[in-house]
Amino acid sequence: MSGSSAGPIPASTPAPDGAIGRVPDTVGQALILSRYQLRDYLRSRRFLLMIAIVVALGAILTLVIAHFRPSGLLSSPNNFYGGIWGGGAAFLILFAGIIFGGDAIAGEFQNKTGYFLMGLPLRRVTVYAGKYLAVLLASIVSILLYLVVVLANGVAYFGWSAFSDPGQLLASFALALLYLLALMGFVFLFSSLFKTSLYAVLVVAVLFLIGFSILQSVIVSLTATEPWYLLSYVSGVISYPLTGVPEHVAHVRAAGVLATVYSPTYAEGIGVMLGYFFLTTIGGLFLFEREEFT
Amino acid sequence: MSPSIHAVDLTKRFNSFTALDHLNLQVEGAKCVGFLGPNGAGKTTTLKMFTDLIFPTEGESFINGVSVQKDRKRALSVCGDLIETPEIYPSLTPREALEMSGALRGMRPEEIRSRTTTVLEEVKMGDWAGQKVGRFSKGMKQRVNLAAALLSDPEVVILDEPSTGLDPRGMAEVRAIVKGLKKENRLIFMSSHILSEVVDVCDEVALLDRGKLLFYDTLANVSQRLGTGSRTVEAEFASPVEDDALRASLSGLSQVVGWSRSSDRRITVELRGDLGGQATVVQRLASLPSGLVSFHQSRSALEEVYLREISVGDA
Ligand SMILES: Nc1ncnc2c1ncn2[C@@H]1O[C@H](COP(=O)(O)OP(=O)(O)OP(=O)(O)O)[C@@H](O)[C@H]1O
Ligand SMILES: [Mg+2]
Repeated sequence: MSGSSAGPIPASTPAPDGAIGRVPDTVGQALILSRYQLRDYLRSRRFLLMIAIVVALGAILTLVIAHFRPSGLLSSPNNFYGGIWGGGAAFLILFAGIIFGGDAIAGEFQNKTGYFLMGLPLRRVTVYAGKYLAVLLASIVSILLYLVVVLANGVAYFGWSAFSDPGQLLASFALALLYLLALMGFVFLFSSLFKTSLYAVLVVAVLFLIGFSILQSVIVSLTATEPWYLLSYVSGVISYPLTGVPEHVAHVRAAGVLATVYSPTYAEGIGVMLGYFFLTTIGGLFLFEREEFT
Repeated sequence: MSPSIHAVDLTKRFNSFTALDHLNLQVEGAKCVGFLGPNGAGKTTTLKMFTDLIFPTEGESFINGVSVQKDRKRALSVCGDLIETPEIYPSLTPREALEMSGALRGMRPEEIRSRTTTVLEEVKMGDWAGQKVGRFSKGMKQRVNLAAALLSDPEVVILDEPSTGLDPRGMAEVRAIVKGLKKENRLIFMSSHILSEVVDVCDEVALLDRGKLLFYDTLANVSQRLGTGSRTVEAEFASPVEDDALRASLSGLSQVVGWSRSSDRRITVELRGDLGGQATVVQRLASLPSGLVSFHQSRSALEEVYLREISVGDA
């Protein structure tokens, strides 16, 4: 019995790679799963929450700029985007990652939805990938909404010349997506580590909102080395296409004290974000593969 | 090839506690098998290892000869299951949830549509097919879960207490559904605490206690096993019956092991021996002036065997 050379379903039709009988292959299943998962996200209250955050941030920026009309920001479209796109996007990506991704894996255990999925003929990696894709898409929808707000402001101040040089903004958007991938890897790792959504959400939120910036300043002041390995640090490169690349190591005198200010290079930024993406995603999958639905 | 499930030295330990201890069980062919055992016996633990929700500490499980641990996708491709009480993504409707299940199983769209309608009707959720699952009651969700398990018309069906959380009518409906599932080339393996349900729908039973398999046999053999062992019957009278009258009536009958009273009109008699002896008891009780109105075996053969085997385990 155990020597299972004879499968239960005769392979009468040539099946694509990884497909069993009529069951679709892993990629096909992941796409199907992500479609329904995304539908669930887009209908959920958390999506409304995310939209509310985007709208609130967009409204505040719009009002502040309309009121103060900072001349530096309004000198050119790219200066304008550099000022309001990069930082806002990184902030929103963090929220999207946490709101959509925090319970992505933990919730399957905590809410028992995993019991419904895992009874199906699919590999665990399918669930992981399907959910990853859904969180990615839901986050991209949110970020695109912010981009629309930013562009609408651009049009208000620069007319149609707001679109005259879209390459820089696109490059910045691409870097933002890379940051999103890395952050989601991180979120999925913690979501797999804890079977309780709240822990995953809290740990990621505390790390990224407070923890990493404290760590960064402690590292810089104590060791006087560059914290190139911190995801929050390298996320600074998102604005570079718009603002230009700052000096890698700068010495500034602030309040009479000479301080060293580090800024990541493109290579560091892209390399470290890719590294985080691969390592955390694989690490999270490794954990999920071994977790039991007890 | 006939459907089969097979456990080989299947063992699960939670830290130092052994929830399932070297289960060796091979079930093969089109039949319905009841999986019985007291709370904490290890039934759910076993079924979870058959569906790869948890991993064995030792041993392996097979569905149609395919190792669940080595190739869950292939093993579960022939299997529909319902373990404990899963949740469906709350903003999906039953129709969407089943559509997702069907698509993941590789069913064709028109097949999914027609089967979804059929199985949702079968679990009496047809009227709710387009409502969001998040607002459903526990029993309604469980009906949808059962529909999802049956969607692909699977060859092997694994159910963990399928009538949990259902109202009395729901339980009767599930019983009818499971009965209706029995067909050529389908194996149903179902845990249950409702022995009458098992007697009604199952062909065979496996009894588990404290992680160990006590026996696996056909229901017919289980009745045989009871043999001339003791059984309890209940008698009810039209008017109160006197202790003295009863004692006189039952005295000298060696088949009567003992009797007790549950009310002034109702008594329980413990009997042993063959049916002839039982007939004499009925005659005696019927001749009492209180007027015998009913006489029936209070427990099925399965219940008697269950209680006996479990209490042997306790000793
Ligand atoms: N995650 C876990 N950690 C520790 N012990 C567990 C875990 N899951 C189950 N057990 C133990 O394993 C034993 C078997 O549990 P199981 O759920 O399989 O019983 P069961 O036969 O399904 O009982 P019931 O009829 O109550 O559903 C129980 O003693 C239970 O406490
Ligand atoms: Mg159980």
